[in-house]
Amino acid sequence: MKNIETALVCFSEQNRLSRHEATDRGASVEFQHMTGRLNSARWALLAPVIVAALSALAACAGQSDERTVSVFAAASLTNAFTDIAAAFEAENPGTAVVLNLGSSSSLREQILSGAPANVFASASDQIMASVIKAGNAATPRTFATNRLAIAVPVGNPAAITGIEDFARPELLLGVCAIGVPCGDLARRVFELAAVTAAIDTNENDVQALVTRIEADELDAGLVYQSDVATNPRVERIDLPDAINPMTVYPITTFDGSSVEADAFVSFVIGPIGRRLLSEHGFGSP
Amino acid sequence: MNRNGVTPRAPWQLVGLALVAAALFVIPIVGLFSRAPWRRLPKLLASDLVTDALTLSLVTSIVAAALATVFGVPLAWLLARGTFRGRGLLRAVVTLPMVLPPVVGGAALLFALGRRGIIGETIDNLTGFVLPFSIWGVIIANVFVAMPFLVITVESALANLDPGYERAASTLGASPLRIFWRVTMPMIAPSLRAGIVLAWARALGEFGATVTFAGNLQGRTQTLPLAVYVSLESDRDSAIAISMVLIVVSMTVLVVLRDRWWSRT
Repeated sequence: MKNIETALVCFSEQNRLSRHEATDRGASVEFQHMTGRLNSARWALLAPVIVAALSALAACAGQSDERTVSVFAAASLTNAFTDIAAAFEAENPGTAVVLNLGSSSSLREQILSGAPANVFASASDQIMASVIKAGNAATPRTFATNRLAIAVPVGNPAAITGIEDFARPELLLGVCAIGVPCGDLARRVFELAAVTAAIDTNENDVQALVTRIEADELDAGLVYQSDVATNPRVERIDLPDAINPMTVYPITTFDGSSVEADAFVSFVIGPIGRRLLSEHGFGSP
Repeated sequence: MNRNGVTPRAPWQLVGLALVAAALFVIPIVGLFSRAPWRRLPKLLASDLVTDALTLSLVTSIVAAALATVFGVPLAWLLARGTFRGRGLLRAVVTLPMVLPPVVGGAALLFALGRRGIIGETIDNLTGFVLPFSIWGVIIANVFVAMPFLVITVESALANLDPGYERAASTLGASPLRIFWRVTMPMIAPSLRAGIVLAWARALGEFGATVTFAGNLQGRTQTLPLAVYVSLESDRDSAIAISMVLIVVSMTVLVVLRDRWWSRT
């Protein structure tokens, strides 16, 4: 779903191509001439539209000559990386960062299926390891840490106090799906706390889970500390560190990636990235 | 098919385009089956993930098709026969789920029937029952996306019905409800069957509204399409196996029904 952003960038890219319109029009005139025998006013209207759509598609396919960095980042990094990308673009005029956000596991599948990623920031070193194993990627560097926390709707209507409440079947409780980093981490927390959780939904990424809690569709959910650190639409209940293992975020670039990709990784690890990550509730590695 | 014995030679342009169209459907299915993990297949298909999702999908899609019929036929009748203001608008609203992205439908259902929805909140306060994250959430999402297919099919059949038969029955003293059961329904039976099959098929494949409105929990709300989606990210072989189940179930039903009674008009 977050791929929409890529599509939007592509769309805005087309607007810049309006200078080519003159040639497009020439083509459409010829097209009208060809179809003129049909003697239909509809064709005259449709032809430029079709030509414009096709040339827009062609423009999209050929956008690789633009100086863009395609960054695939874990859903939990959504806000932090949106800020970091803006700061990076401000410091590097002419370079555009395209963010593709989703669960680390879905991003891994996209990358392994050949999606054109320049940078991959994962919420799990296991998922990073499987991407590295497939080849083409540089040695990953850890840039942030995180832990889980309980998120409840504002006012905590179900009066949740701790991880034990996740065993109560009468509550509506959510976690991330198994295979998604926050979902695997949640299972680890339940295991360490010896809680048999009465889960009502397994969301496909942490952003989806947070949104459900914000809307009071769920009584509580296990999300990242970074998701609740600066979010006024949910309340946070911390878990003791003993049952709440720390997770690390690795980042890497891919073979044949541009100077810009390396620059982006350095920027994330550097002081500005560090500061923005910390503002969004991430820990230092 | 060729009753009068005259077959004009097929224009090659049409055949060419038709083959491209057919390839668009055939090639992806071939692609899916070419990646099938044949040796692990029995084990994958016997897993709880698959059996739970298959059972849930069959139950919810059949219940949804039944509900769509019980409520959809009267709605189709109202749209075809009713003479009230706003009928065109009502028809547009009823068919909206056919064009709406199912995710939008799921969100709309949440705002109406969710725990903080305009009706859902009252239901929760009065009974403590919450539709989302329950099997009823799946069924309602299914009915929402599937019923329009039934309504459209039945409505057009009703609209094309010769009113003479119903009038004759009325002259002979049959009550309106009796006319509906004994005259109208038998005459639209083929369309009704087609509508039920279409609605069922749409419900079986439903994903977006379900995942948005009902969430995702194995054995309760995780239908086959949701299981495919979840597995695509953790276990591709499982995802392919479940997709094959969906294809085989759908194909079997469509082929069998088509032979049995769908096309028997």
